[in-house]
Amino acid sequence: MELIKLTIDNRTVEVEKGTTIFHAAKKLGIEIPTLCYMNLKDLNIEHKPGGCRICVVEVEGRRNLAPSCATECMEGMVVKTHTVRVLNARRTVLELIISDHPFDCLICAKSGNCDLQSLAIKLGVRDIPFQGEKSTYKPDFSPAIIRDMDKCIMCRRCETMCNDFQTVGVLSGINRGFEAVVAPAFERDLDHSECTYCGQCVAVCPTGALTEVDHTKNVIAALSDSKKTVVVQTAPAVRAALGEEFGLEAGTLVTGKMVAALRQLGFDYVFDTDFAADLTIMEEGTELLDRLTRHLGGDKEVKLPILTSCCPGWVNFFEYNYPDMMDVPSTARSPQQMFGAIAKTYFAEKINVKREDMVVVSIMPCVAKKYECTREEFATDGNPDVDFSISTRELAHFIKSANINFNALPDEDFDKPLGESTGAAVIFGTTGGVIEAAARTAYELHTGKTLEKVDFEALRGFDGIRSASVDFDGVDIKIGIAHGLGNARKMLDDVKAGRSEFHAIEIMACPGGCIGGGGQPLHHGDSSVLRARAKAIYSEDESKVLRKSHENPSIIKLYEEYLGKPGSEKAHHLLHTHYFDKKSKQVLLD
Amino acid sequence: MHMLVCGGTGCRASASDMLYESLKKEVQDNNLENEVQVVTTGCFGFCEKGPIVKMIPDNTFYVSVEPKDAKELVAEHALKGRKVNRLLYVDPTNKEQISDSKHMGFYKKQIRIALRNCGLINPENIEEYLAADGYEAMGKVLLEMTPEEAIKVVLDSGLRGRGGGGFPTGLKWQIASKNEADQKYVVCNADEGDPGAFMDRSILEGDPHTVLEAMVINGYCIGATKGLIYIRAEYPLAIQRLKIAIGQAREFGLLGTDILGSGFDFDVEIRYGAGAFVCGEETALIHSMEGERGEPTFKPPFPAQSGYLGKPTNVNNVETYANIPVIINKGAEWFSSIGTEKSKGTKVFALAGKINNVGLIEVPMGITLREVIYEIGGGIKGGKKFKAVQTGGPSGGCLTEKHLDIPIDFDNLIAAGSMMGSGGMIVMDEDDCMVAVAKFYLEFTVEESCGKCSPCRVGNKRLHEQLDLITKGKATMEDLDKLKNLSNVIKDTSLCGLGQTSPNPVLSTMENFYDEYVAHVTDHRCPSGVCKDLIRYEVIAENCVGCTACARNCPVNCISGERKQVHLIDQVLCIKCGACLEKCKFNAIAVI
Amino acid sequence: MTSVKLKLKESDVQKLKEVAKSFNNEAGELINVLHKAQEIFGYLPAEVQEVVAQELNVPVAKVYGVVTFYSFFTMLPRGRYPISICTGTACYVRGAEKVLDEFKRILKIPVGETTSDGKFSITCLRCVGACGLAPVVMVGDKTYGRVTTDGVKDILKEYDTED
Repeated sequence: MELIKLTIDNRTVEVEKGTTIFHAAKKLGIEIPTLCYMNLKDLNIEHKPGGCRICVVEVEGRRNLAPSCATECMEGMVVKTHTVRVLNARRTVLELIISDHPFDCLICAKSGNCDLQSLAIKLGVRDIPFQGEKSTYKPDFSPAIIRDMDKCIMCRRCETMCNDFQTVGVLSGINRGFEAVVAPAFERDLDHSECTYCGQCVAVCPTGALTEVDHTKNVIAALSDSKKTVVVQTAPAVRAALGEEFGLEAGTLVTGKMVAALRQLGFDYVFDTDFAADLTIMEEGTELLDRLTRHLGGDKEVKLPILTSCCPGWVNFFEYNYPDMMDVPSTARSPQQMFGAIAKTYFAEKINVKREDMVVVSIMPCVAKKYECTREEFATDGNPDVDFSISTRELAHFIKSANINFNALPDEDFDKPLGESTGAAVIFGTTGGVIEAAARTAYELHTGKTLEKVDFEALRGFDGIRSASVDFDGVDIKIGIAHGLGNARKMLDDVKAGRSEFHAIEIMACPGGCIGGGGQPLHHGDSSVLRARAKAIYSEDESKVLRKSHENPSIIKLYEEYLGKPGSEKAHHLLHTHYFDKKSKQVLLD
Repeated sequence: MHMLVCGGTGCRASASDMLYESLKKEVQDNNLENEVQVVTTGCFGFCEKGPIVKMIPDNTFYVSVEPKDAKELVAEHALKGRKVNRLLYVDPTNKEQISDSKHMGFYKKQIRIALRNCGLINPENIEEYLAADGYEAMGKVLLEMTPEEAIKVVLDSGLRGRGGGGFPTGLKWQIASKNEADQKYVVCNADEGDPGAFMDRSILEGDPHTVLEAMVINGYCIGATKGLIYIRAEYPLAIQRLKIAIGQAREFGLLGTDILGSGFDFDVEIRYGAGAFVCGEETALIHSMEGERGEPTFKPPFPAQSGYLGKPTNVNNVETYANIPVIINKGAEWFSSIGTEKSKGTKVFALAGKINNVGLIEVPMGITLREVIYEIGGGIKGGKKFKAVQTGGPSGGCLTEKHLDIPIDFDNLIAAGSMMGSGGMIVMDEDDCMVAVAKFYLEFTVEESCGKCSPCRVGNKRLHEQLDLITKGKATMEDLDKLKNLSNVIKDTSLCGLGQTSPNPVLSTMENFYDEYVAHVTDHRCPSGVCKDLIRYEVIAENCVGCTACARNCPVNCISGERKQVHLIDQVLCIKCGACLEKCKFNAIAVI
Repeated sequence: MTSVKLKLKESDVQKLKEVAKSFNNEAGELINVLHKAQEIFGYLPAEVQEVVAQELNVPVAKVYGVVTFYSFFTMLPRGRYPISICTGTACYVRGAEKVLDEFKRILKIPVGETTSDGKFSITCLRCVGACGLAPVVMVGDKTYGRVTTDGVKDILKEYDTED
């Protein structure tokens, strides 16, 4: 490893060859501002278009200013990051960007959380010397994501996520010059594109150009309607991230405070999606075992690998890109939808509330969940199993707006029965968790033995594609894991080409799984946040007495009282689904 | 005898192809097929007087020849050996007829290296190129020289890239040759996009083989076996001739495998540009060739390290390539004897604007602007006063009277606040408003900016808007300061050459014509009478005879007045098109 | 999308598919394929871009991104007599803008659009290299040099009888 010595703001620093000025400065504690650069180290995503030109610095002997994010350090280089020339240029460029940006910060969804706004505050911009034409575009309201391109600053991060990382390819830079912007083909709305609503574009947008559809007001309306029984479920990844919105360190678990806050907000029952995650394992695990047993018995008809189906972004991706393989994923619904179905039948009957008088709200780390709960197959007579899905960010706003001092709340427990869960359920929130939970249960059901060591370390980690073998008492079960749709595509292409050796594959659309979902508090380019959240998830698992889904007493009771056994006709009706060929549907739509 | 008919785009626009057919027919009708050959050639350069016909061997140079003149040309010159005097060029100063082009002011000071074959050979016939020492340099390099030796010749010649940057060509080749890779590429940049520049097209139309020859040499030097020519789709004639040339070269074994038995393989493909000025920038060009949006990327990595498909790639412009075979044939010393200390050889300029002899010229580096404008260009059109000359296209600046005597080369032009650019040279006279000129260039930049980096995307738009306000008399003196700061920041922070130079027209006109800016701002007056919002057309009562010419020609019918009565222009309706001024024969319309 | 889907001629689509095949259906050949597609269809409506995307296996958004980047590509059908006004510098200083204004005024369309009868469209182009004839106007392949505002009417008149 070659080391290079250079001077930044009169201080010497030694860095590895290939390091950019931006990172060398960071090493000295000098934070050079930028609006487009993004380095999600833990995910191997580095986006450095060198487009915003905010990070420019002065390099001795160079004619013009250098973008620090893209300029590599050279031996003996002399760099100045805050000369009059640099500061004037940086401010002027920022003023230019703002001159083509709406001034409606007060009512912007991103206010207080916007990189452009923060930079304007930091540089003390007080007026815009160059007033002129502003770009205007038709806003795009999809079921999950709002695109307001008037606020786009052409950082192109969304494009990188959508194309390079997710390989969804819905967003592209279009036009050129002042008219250039990022948009779907023919500037159609997202719901006329192959958008999966994974929300990774939203997760990286530095401004209010890409935001989620806000359903908080629908939730408030339901809560204030005395005729309605409002039930809330919270996804596992939410508890590991919500605290960040209240200034807590990334990775702080706030399960108890979250429950308390939801109660204070007026929800009649505070339940846990984890309950439904355990239920998912019962159904999906049974399906896996069934397919596996038939496969091992020599049945050539059986389709393997089986793919998990909890992630709605992934399901959308699958329906658009692999319509010829619709018999491969598990038919099990996602935990959100299983919860809704059980809440509006089993639980509604239990508390004697009519389906139409019950409102099910979900708190999700995800924006695709907003779309998922509007899918027609998840409704009975037009009444959806889950009425509204709000993101972790929306919940945080809601709590703040209700004047609740979140950090001072006492820890409270979920209500029963739909609030009871095992450690296997909570790890659904991170990549590899679903398949680990499934392995814990499948092992015991398949072998009839007790699994002593429940932690499958081999299934954990952050590599985009991982594989491991799990010993099912002499039978090697090959498991694949992918997070990020680009990685999923690679796995799927292998399956399609008959190259895949896996028995089961877990796929999550978002980097890191749900903890990196499009509805989570913004990581602002710091991907270590995701690792901290994953750690929190595993620590909650460890702290649980029960860590296998089939040991959840409320689940056992649900089967006894209502469903019969996993895979029963009733279970199929309520907890399983089927998939659609969206590629052909897309053609019909046009 | 040969009759050379100019087949360049300019002359073809004046029916030179019909002229060619007519001449052929006349030759046939007179049964002269065995004695007289009619040949279409590339551009002669003297576009102002096109179409051109040149007789070989006596070098008679006919100008502004029309198809109907064919009969006389054949009957007189070909048959009887008598010159057709009425078609000869007349020297504007002494009114003498000049028959041989080398005595014409337009050609006297020119040295034609890159354009050596343009107007001399039939570009569609490889044998004519071969007869003009074509592919000799390639043979020499492939069979007698090592790549290092050939690169050294190019290095020693001092040749610098003619596309605008002026980077030493030999050095570029050397870097590309040193980067190891399983595949390398040689790219000819023929995406000429400066508004008002057409030298690359003329070379490709007039002498396509010279580019192919140079690309083979380039490939051999850096170890590339594939060449790509990135050419504007709007150049149909150049594309057609290139395709013919490539076909012929393959047929003759000058492209393909084992060229001339040297063991070296090289072939060339054509890629089409699709109308994006920014693709003149090499990284943008490479992305465009890869089927992407032509957005530049930060350098390093340079194309020589990672270019087309991630492989080492050498990009040179057409004119640069056109110099290579001559340099190899005549040697580095010969080439470096022409020009100035740091700029060797010649430069092709597209001379245009308010000048008598519009056309394509090739002059030695070090020639002065005065020589170019007054001797070659024949001075300002209509006897008007010279005001400025714009070099370097939208990236360049406007030079004035005080710059007329500096020797033209890469460094002097930059020092004077402009640049060489690809070679556009637009002459402006007293009727041109320099604020409006700056605005014109900015309009171009705004349209051509790729939009990737903020200073270029938004900054140029704001520059253009500010200039627009000035031309409307709506700006303040404070705005002028802001304009200057904004220009400097755009130059200082933009991602690629387009943004780094786009404010040059503003800065150079502010530097040299600040008074004009001030007049617009403080007096709300356009001294050249160009900016519509600051001028009005009025009838000078004492001169108006009431001929009604103005009223009849007014497109919006805003001029009233009876026959033989003084007319009146309705200022509310007037769109300031200037038609009345053009039509008035009595000097009775004034711009105020 | 509420707009009516354009029905492409099957034989043209077939031709386009063959073009794509001749370029080995390679994504890197996108611009070459688009050039050919524009030759076949005259312009590049969404439906054509969708076929190109499918054949080269690239996202249609990317195809659209490329089409909208290059000025040579158009998503609107050009007129039967496409008028191109050179707005290169040489033509500009010799009055191209006035000529352009006159075309716009008479045809009542802005640059980039086509008259409602589909007869004329106006575009601007950069230097055609006939600077000696500035200002230059092209109608289809025919070049008109030294055009004056008065001359505009006469040029248009030439196409009166051709319908």
